[in-house]
Amino acid sequence: MKKEEGIFKILSQKPWEASQAVIDNNHDGKTFGISKAKLGVRTIMTVSTVIFSLFIVAYADRMLIHDWRSMPEPWLLWVNTAVLIMNSYFFHNVKISADQNNNKEIKRGLYTVGFLAYSFLIGQLIVWYQLMSLGYFAVSNIANAFFYLFTALHGLHLLGGLYFWGRVTSKFLRGNYKLSNIQHAIELCAIYWHFLLFVWLVLFGLMLFT
Amino acid sequence: MPDELDNKIEAKADTIADAGSVTSGSTAGIDYVPAHERPDQELYHSHSWWTTYVFSQDAKYIGIQYAFTAIGTGLIGMVLSWMMRLQLAFPGLGILEPSAYYQFVTMHGMIMVIYLLTALFLGGFGNLLIPLMCGARDMAFPYLNMVSYWVFLLAVIILLASFFVPGGPTGAGWTLYPPQAITSGTPGSSAGIVLMLISLCVFVAGFTMGGLNYIITMLQSRARGMTLMRLPLTCWGIFTATVLALLAFPALLVGCIMLTLDNLLGTSFFMPAMISMGEKLSYDGGSPLLFQHLFWFFGHPEVYIIALPAFGIISDLISVHARKNIFGYRMMVWAIVGIGALSFFVWAHHMYVSGMTPWFGYFFATTTLIIAVPTAIKVYNWVLTLWRGNIQLTLPMLFSLAFIVTFVNGGLTGIFLGNVTVDVPLSDTYFVVAHFHMVMGIAPLLVVFGAIYHWFPLITGRMLHEGIGRIHFWVTFLGSYAIYFPMHYQGFVGVPRRYFEIYDSPYITASTLHLNVFITIAALIVGAAQLLFLFNLIYSARAGEKAEKNPWKANSLEWLTPEMPPGHGNFGKELPVVYRWAYDFNVPGADKDYIPQTVPPSEVRSAKVEKT
Repeated sequence: MKKEEGIFKILSQKPWEASQAVIDNNHDGKTFGISKAKLGVRTIMTVSTVIFSLFIVAYADRMLIHDWRSMPEPWLLWVNTAVLIMNSYFFHNVKISADQNNNKEIKRGLYTVGFLAYSFLIGQLIVWYQLMSLGYFAVSNIANAFFYLFTALHGLHLLGGLYFWGRVTSKFLRGNYKLSNIQHAIELCAIYWHFLLFVWLVLFGLMLFT
Repeated sequence: MPDELDNKIEAKADTIADAGSVTSGSTAGIDYVPAHERPDQELYHSHSWWTTYVFSQDAKYIGIQYAFTAIGTGLIGMVLSWMMRLQLAFPGLGILEPSAYYQFVTMHGMIMVIYLLTALFLGGFGNLLIPLMCGARDMAFPYLNMVSYWVFLLAVIILLASFFVPGGPTGAGWTLYPPQAITSGTPGSSAGIVLMLISLCVFVAGFTMGGLNYIITMLQSRARGMTLMRLPLTCWGIFTATVLALLAFPALLVGCIMLTLDNLLGTSFFMPAMISMGEKLSYDGGSPLLFQHLFWFFGHPEVYIIALPAFGIISDLISVHARKNIFGYRMMVWAIVGIGALSFFVWAHHMYVSGMTPWFGYFFATTTLIIAVPTAIKVYNWVLTLWRGNIQLTLPMLFSLAFIVTFVNGGLTGIFLGNVTVDVPLSDTYFVVAHFHMVMGIAPLLVVFGAIYHWFPLITGRMLHEGIGRIHFWVTFLGSYAIYFPMHYQGFVGVPRRYFEIYDSPYITASTLHLNVFITIAALIVGAAQLLFLFNLIYSARAGEKAEKNPWKANSLEWLTPEMPPGHGNFGKELPVVYRWAYDFNVPGADKDYIPQTVPPSEVRSAKVEKT
């Protein structure tokens, strides 16, 4: 990897000086030695982290008020969590098989992760249905409202991921691709899936312990 | 998906960078640059009229689309302000119903701050200038960039649609504070507020797509030799503002989502237990203060999302039109970054009257005064750039000078209001209206005008008409002082803001009423001058004087394209190679008073930059 300069070192350069100009002329115009898409995914993850953090702050603030009634955690949530962990694990495997250029494994792996992701979403919907049939509506208590809000937002993020998963899969199945391209795309999807698992664990843990 | 060439480079970069550094020392002369290790960006080439001009993926067109939409929406905001001023000056005529007045206040504020200024600076100037100034063929993700504009347009349409729903647009004030925003009795509390909240969420989504493009383009696809510290300050301003926006808009999104749920589902995120029209509502336990924190955690950085691009652009305009390098380039960059970081720690100074512990207010008063330091540094540096410069009193320079004066003016009243003890008595008066219109209304708009006069030849190949421009400048500059200076006085005598009529209150003097008429007449004249400006845009785009290439003799890359206006792909066959920063004006020993960024050292051997 190209050696990257720290932000403070960059900010202390004197671009007008002849000695600095000699160094700068060799610069290739890229700040980081990673692809644009990877930087894009990282930026999106940063923005999502800010969104979820702010929700958690709101949750923590709202929790202190007297009308807060904790909500039961249906056992199905544990199953869904396990599904999401498996999902992340299998995505990691797909990435490895993509790096090894193992076409059969990639195909099977992509199907598996898609199946698991949709199962997770359906599982979440069933949890919603169960809670609503028990009378835990969003309106009845603010804790419930936060639960629905968190799961919905997390689900929407996963749907966004599934859109890109669909694009990668269809590209792969059509066979019209460059290997480095598919490898990179799968790697980025895998990173995003790990991120969503992390977000879910934080949100689930938060709701479990409060 | 991504450009695959990019990915392979990740692995290769190591070897090539090493080879480059070895050969540069031994083989070549002073002009040597290593071979381009990064393959050219693959561009989308449109084949039909629709994909060229409407669903364009070319950042220059997208920038112009953004600008037209933003200015069009801004004109609606301007007409709203005319109506409000007429109501205030001539309450007897009954021009506006009280509810309509509140709706106009709300829509005027929201339109001007978000749909005009944010969209114009980042979407408009960002799209137009970033790829050109960085030496890139286009944005990093052109398709996403196109989607960003159409999502923005959708947000505008949803916002304007609220004028036509039952109950009209929301009249909750641009801050949309609950509980009143969604309680019956507030204008537009049913449909209007929902459309407003949805429009904001859509705007944030669209902006995130655009913002991703701006920062990744600036970080990853610059020309060879273009280090971050060689970028023009315009790029630094837009870059930092985009980072702020990506971190601050989520707070608005979070607030809007929860407020929408409170309104539509009846949850109690923000809504406390309350009695409305004699009936107890079903809400309980929500915290209105939480919304205020979320809103201002977005709202204060928003001020700098508008101001930082303006700071950057003005630095470039002053440097080019005073033919002098910007004073303290590094300090300017530090100030931009520093203001950006500090802007996340001052939000509660908008909430001094909401009720908070004195220590909290003390903290935020302190941070607010600290942020004045880098801001003042920037003002000093602009003045020092002008000092002994070869000042050309062109239109962009006139607007720049007007900006400095106006910004100092608005900034000083900001120091008043940043202190809790001064803010509390002034906070609901016209003093605040005068302050924020000076500092984030007029000042950034002067930058917008200066920038349009400066970059118009780049877009159309023609100059804007000078005579009309001068009339526009003087009417706008003097006229806006005629509008806002008296408001400071009105604030001191205690005229409350947000009132649609002041009736015969005993403390209101006759001079206040006369001033209201004066202000309104000035506002009508200044507004009319903007129509003159629009006429100038249309007239000059068709029949203006043809501009020569690089008409202002600037150094930065956007003027150095093979053709002007730049074509698809910006830089013809070869991307430019950058040998210097953008501020080599009047270098001692050089033949001309400017050295463009692409001029290699061998062509200007006699030029000597002083060692600092």
